[in-house]
Amino acid sequence: MNHDAEDILGTAASWRAAGRQVALATVVTTWGSSPRPVGSQLVVDDKGTFLGSVSGGCIEGAVIQEAKAVMRSGTPRTLEFGVSNEQAWEVGLACGGKVRVFVERVE
Amino acid sequence: MQRAVLDRLIADRAAKTPVASITELGSGAQGLLYLDGTTFGDAIPGEVIQEARSALASDRSGPVEQGGRTYFVHIHNPPMRLAVVGAVHITQALAEMATVAGYAVTVIDPRRAFAQAERFPSIKVSTEWPDDALNVLKPDRRTAIVTLTHDPKIDDPALEVALKSDAFYIGSLGSTRTHAKRLQRLRDKGFDERALARIHGPVGLDIGALSPAEIAISIIAEITKIRRMTGDARDEAA
Repeated sequence: MNHDAEDILGTAASWRAAGRQVALATVVTTWGSSPRPVGSQLVVDDKGTFLGSVSGGCIEGAVIQEAKAVMRSGTPRTLEFGVSNEQAWEVGLACGGKVRVFVERVE
Repeated sequence: MQRAVLDRLIADRAAKTPVASITELGSGAQGLLYLDGTTFGDAIPGEVIQEARSALASDRSGPVEQGGRTYFVHIHNPPMRLAVVGAVHITQALAEMATVAGYAVTVIDPRRAFAQAERFPSIKVSTEWPDDALNVLKPDRRTAIVTLTHDPKIDDPALEVALKSDAFYIGSLGSTRTHAKRLQRLRDKGFDERALARIHGPVGLDIGALSPAEIAISIIAEITKIRRMTGDARDEAA
């Protein structure tokens, strides 16, 4: 199930305990009409399996790619997504909002 | 995130202990802060701790800028709670939906024929009298209370405790006529109009709900509206 009661941190711990590489993405700032509030989280493993969300599905793909790099390097990253520019093929938020997402490796 | 910090956050969640995690976004350095001021993990500057303490008290996650660095203060509060008085058909749907919406649900009904565990798989059920059960629960501003028996013997004692608490939502099932009589009984008990206005009755948003599940949806919708669209009890964190 994918809802507010889901246990993102518990999932991070159990995936890690099972030997998977794991990263955690957290919405740290929002501007305008962003779909998920500050504090929303997504947990992802090295195969791209994920639970939770940091947007309405607009930026999860990009966040998961960045998360894989963070899993390899161990260096956290802060990502910013804004209004999408269709011509530049950028990943963005169709709703016109802006979010900052912090991605860290689960040690 | 360090394993020790993650394990601690998970344990705090299980123990329903409010805690703030504080992360320096550049390095990923991380510490935890509790309501009593106790800290755990990496050292966090005092100014940031001060900001985080008020964020923890007001239940608001967000970034804090300090000395050219950005710290993210993430409030991990225990789940919002819903107490439902009356283990009736609507309650079976309501308890499940509220759980999905992130509430810790307790169903209260002294009538054991209704309050059977088999009727409420994985939901906490109490067969105490509602006033006793609610006094144990200690409703606060992160608690919603709904009465669904429309039996004054059971609903009224619950409403009396609810009205004396800081519960952010109080709802009571019953037609407009039933509700008017209910208000009169509570008036006779000494509750003033300001107190009585806190009770949402007939319970739920008017969406023409008929089936138990539809009525549960209307109740969840009203609780959500009060939680998200009024000043008190707002819980921005996921």
